Amino acid sequence: MTILDVRTSGLPAARGPLSEAVAEVLREPAGTALPTPGDADPLGADLQLALALCYELHYQGFPGVDPRWEWDPELLGFRARLEALFEGALRDRVSGGADIAGEFDDLLVEHLPGSGLSHHLVADGTWEQMRELFAHRSIYHLKEADPHAWVIPRLSGVAKAALVAVEFDEYGGGRADRMHSRLYADLLTAAGLDAGYLHYVDHVPAATLATVNMMSMFGLHRRLRGALVGHFAAAEITTGPSAQRMDKALARFDAPAACRFFYTEHVEADAVHEQVLRHDVVGGLVEAEPELAADVVFGIQATDLLEQDFADHVLGAWNSGGTSLLLPL
Amino acid sequence: MAKPTRQVSLELDGPVLVEGPVDLRTPDGKVVHSDRFMVAVCTCKRSKTFPLCDTSHRRKVRDDQ
Repeated sequence: MTILDVRTSGLPAARGPLSEAVAEVLREPAGTALPTPGDADPLGADLQLALALCYELHYQGFPGVDPRWEWDPELLGFRARLEALFEGALRDRVSGGADIAGEFDDLLVEHLPGSGLSHHLVADGTWEQMRELFAHRSIYHLKEADPHAWVIPRLSGVAKAALVAVEFDEYGGGRADRMHSRLYADLLTAAGLDAGYLHYVDHVPAATLATVNMMSMFGLHRRLRGALVGHFAAAEITTGPSAQRMDKALARFDAPAACRFFYTEHVEADAVHEQVLRHDVVGGLVEAEPELAADVVFGIQATDLLEQDFADHVLGAWNSGGTSLLLPL
Repeated sequence: MAKPTRQVSLELDGPVLVEGPVDLRTPDGKVVHSDRFMVAVCTCKRSKTFPLCDTSHRRKVRDDQ
């Protein structure tokens, strides 16, 4: 397998035949043929990186890559085959149903003693582990709120107005220096890390890529608008308390103010966003389109599933005394 | 033209949601300003960022007892 160097090509290093094929064709003009995914592991590094490459064409693109690839029918067909495997794997592993209120009730109860990443970091994590988590989350937070923006034209009425209000807040209320993606760049810089967009893509495992690919898949398919909204609500409900623990852990490390500010801003913002998402966005959507309740539940459960996979990977690595990243920081 | 009526939503066992921007005056005379589009005001008094909600009102369940 050819190892691609992100610094010279602007593309991440391939992790198997699928991601290598995408990276190879992206160097060519749009229209070059692609392979079939075959029996690739839907949650494995190769498929997840191939999917991330396909999706990134809709966000910031890659330097030197023909921008026409974004709407190349061959690549879209390839992506659709990857997505079918990914979505199928998620649906196989969730319990399903259409009880949105029951799902929210579960998320709104705080279970003690907690066992997640922020619980570990606040209790006995190290600053180096904190920096690893910063690198993992940079893949999403440097495009924070972008995957959710895709859903805007697919909503209407109360759900649309409320989601746009939350997005406006995520984008700093019109002030570029308060955009959450910018606050995260400030956090990375303050922690002595590189704030470059996708800088750490070669560092992160499949579990990290899957959490972001899920948002892109839900956002880019109108069919999955219920899942996107369910995902967004689940994320906003769970980040408040975890952001508070992150701040507590950062205080323990005497971390720079910019690191703490990202999380304290999220404690305050998400306490509001959670309410607006649950009542107005999810509530408004299912009132207008009650048949989407099962998709909302799918989005909530898939989020919980992939966040659990991610936490299992990271804590597993840390508990065995290793690193959760593929490359050193 | 009459000013539009301000919307305030009361959450059961949760915060009061007030449309921002708003100045919140606390009993000790402090004024907390928030210009967020919506502001969640703590009613349970457990918030570490009182008068703003920090989700401390949520029910906690011990799984180890």
